Amino acid sequence: MPAFIIAEKCDGCKGRDRTACMYACPNDLMVLDKVSMKAYNRDPWMCWECLCCAKICPQQAIDLRGYADFVPLGASAIPLRSTDSILWTIRFRNGIVKRFKFPVRTTEEGSAVPGGEFGPDRAQDIDGPYLFTEPASLGVELPVLKK
Amino acid sequence: MLIVGGGMAACGAAVEAAHWGKKYGVKVTLVDKAALDRSGAVAMGLSAINQYIGLSGRAQNQNTVEDYVNYVTKDLMGITRQDLVYDIARHVDSSVHLFEEWGLPIWKTEDGKYVNEGRWQLLLNGESYKVIVAEAAKNALGQENIYERVFILEPLLEGGRVAGAVGFSVRENKFYVFKAKAVLVAMGGAVGVFKPRSTGEGLGRSWYPPFSTGSSAYFTIRSGAEMTCQEVRFIPVRFKDAYGPVGAWFLHFKSRATSALGGEYMIERRDELEKWAPYGLARPIPANLRNYLGMLDCFEGKGPIFMRTDEAIARLAAQNGGDAKALKKKMRQLETEAWEDFLDMTIAQALLWAATNIEPEKRSSEIAAAEPYFIGSHSGASGAWVSGPADLAPPEYFWGYGNMTTVRGLFAAGDATGASSHKFSSGSHAEGRIAAKSAVKFILENNDRPDVDGAVVEEIKACIFRPLETYGKYRNYTTNPDLNPNYIQPKMYMYRLQKLMDEYAGGVSANFSTNTPSLERALELLAFLRQDAEKMAAQDLHELMRCWENVHRTWQAEAHVRTVLFREETRWPGYYFRADYPKMDEQNWHCFANITWDPATGQWTCAKRPVLHIL
Repeated sequence: MPAFIIAEKCDGCKGRDRTACMYACPNDLMVLDKVSMKAYNRDPWMCWECLCCAKICPQQAIDLRGYADFVPLGASAIPLRSTDSILWTIRFRNGIVKRFKFPVRTTEEGSAVPGGEFGPDRAQDIDGPYLFTEPASLGVELPVLKK
Repeated sequence: MLIVGGGMAACGAAVEAAHWGKKYGVKVTLVDKAALDRSGAVAMGLSAINQYIGLSGRAQNQNTVEDYVNYVTKDLMGITRQDLVYDIARHVDSSVHLFEEWGLPIWKTEDGKYVNEGRWQLLLNGESYKVIVAEAAKNALGQENIYERVFILEPLLEGGRVAGAVGFSVRENKFYVFKAKAVLVAMGGAVGVFKPRSTGEGLGRSWYPPFSTGSSAYFTIRSGAEMTCQEVRFIPVRFKDAYGPVGAWFLHFKSRATSALGGEYMIERRDELEKWAPYGLARPIPANLRNYLGMLDCFEGKGPIFMRTDEAIARLAAQNGGDAKALKKKMRQLETEAWEDFLDMTIAQALLWAATNIEPEKRSSEIAAAEPYFIGSHSGASGAWVSGPADLAPPEYFWGYGNMTTVRGLFAAGDATGASSHKFSSGSHAEGRIAAKSAVKFILENNDRPDVDGAVVEEIKACIFRPLETYGKYRNYTTNPDLNPNYIQPKMYMYRLQKLMDEYAGGVSANFSTNTPSLERALELLAFLRQDAEKMAAQDLHELMRCWENVHRTWQAEAHVRTVLFREETRWPGYYFRADYPKMDEQNWHCFANITWDPATGQWTCAKRPVLHIL
């Protein structure tokens, strides 16, 4: 089913400006059913299992069921993503549980300044060799071919 | 200026174009089929950056641009545009340093250097890699200049140059016409052209994303741009079925791969490499030849191939020796690194391990060659033939603006450009920046506003929405909408394409082997398919998107088959084998095989182009 939605937990992102999973899915698979006000994965055969939907779901209503044509049942991989880290709970078919936590970013969400601390630097002339922020962002002078 | 796409190259282009556009008064618009945060091949995240040269001493390894160009040339069996590879390599570290500024966690040593996984590779906590890179792009361009969920289908051409693009919203009934003085194509590679190994629900678990569907190739081919390396499909070797990455296991954990019988094909089959000299003798051994040696074991029935994860972890842990407590700590660290490698970029593989009770420190896992993909990055090479940079390109490779295709005003980057392999995520971003600056320069020097013929737009519009009309018109003819002689549904159309490519153009079930009669049969079946494309039916906008993705795949398929047929030799045996020309022919085929489709006549033409090295 790949990423599926737990009916009981999904609230259709009511009261929010957009349906989170529907916004995130890079393959346009998540749809909000306007009658039940719950989302669903419309084409499990096209799901990449990237879990972009689960990572953004405010209700933690999305889970993963491995591809039915080669993954034995009974395991799970559940992400809990915050603004600076992600916590994974991996449950094995035989009952083993493993948890991992990894950082996801070192800066505040939304704070990325396109030129970073480098600024435009010497990228002032459209005919010149430098891209925006160069050569400061390179840390060395731009390499040229020694002829 | 119009940027089409939303992945790494498009985001690099956005940051760069915003800077120059602001300076010179050029309006920049970006259109993406998905949402920028999670669009493109890095949507899920990545556990490594595979191209970092290390020019400035920030990483453990220091290399030169020349080192990289030499490596890429050999990996692609001598067929590469060194000017393009050089250009990306000299800018790529700058992109990586920006990623770090924006918030990407890159692993560091105790003394603050980037940790090198391999000679060029850096390790990441990369779950949010794309979100971070997209954020900088959005902050640079402004959300008001970004259109999301708009699928771009056709180029607009006028007076020998590109004049814009048209597409539709996959979420609401809207048709879009973008007029532009320059268009930068960065819509990724092509997945789903060949039948995948998993044909049930696991169809979606492709190595490259199932939403990269050949839109770049379609757009440039339909514009009449010359295409290069269309025969160079890429076949990655990955953990079997879920396609988890192997790079960390080979490079970071120093694991061996062996056949099921225990033999190490990279050692046992070393003599085979001499047949592919001089490239076969290069170190590292070219990716396609490493594939090939493993395939030979499988063809002889010695499969499956195993990654010896248990042995690798035991060895690494033992090296760190010491007391039981230190060993336990080290084991936990290695275990965490192994799982993060998958969880950052291929969650399905982590789930498959859990579902089959595999703990990598205790048991080996199967690896296998996947199905063919079309990408201009990684060890693939297919894409548009673009001009090199003014200061590096030989005259034959230079026509005014770096990264411009042979169509005026049409630029390409990332998986959309060919013959500049091994750019990966970071190099694609850098190439997007290179192309964007160049496109702004083009606009400043060719600033006449292209005129678009309204009648042409109306014609394209009618064609784009035809599948919806077809479905509406015929759906009630039978009692089951899935079974109707008047139309073909997009999923079945895709299966038909995949089956013919698999069987006749050297897919998995043909052991990646093909020959002239098979390729000619493929062309015959493709011709029927192209005709039937006009009978595809869509129930809604989502299916309409699927219909057009299939059309895009079909054009990539045809360019591929024609170019494989044209190149009468076998040069990349681990990607495909021409059984009627089983040897490499340096004398006649040490050249590019390019192909062009003429929009005026509808004819395809193949041509040789010289390989000119700058080093």
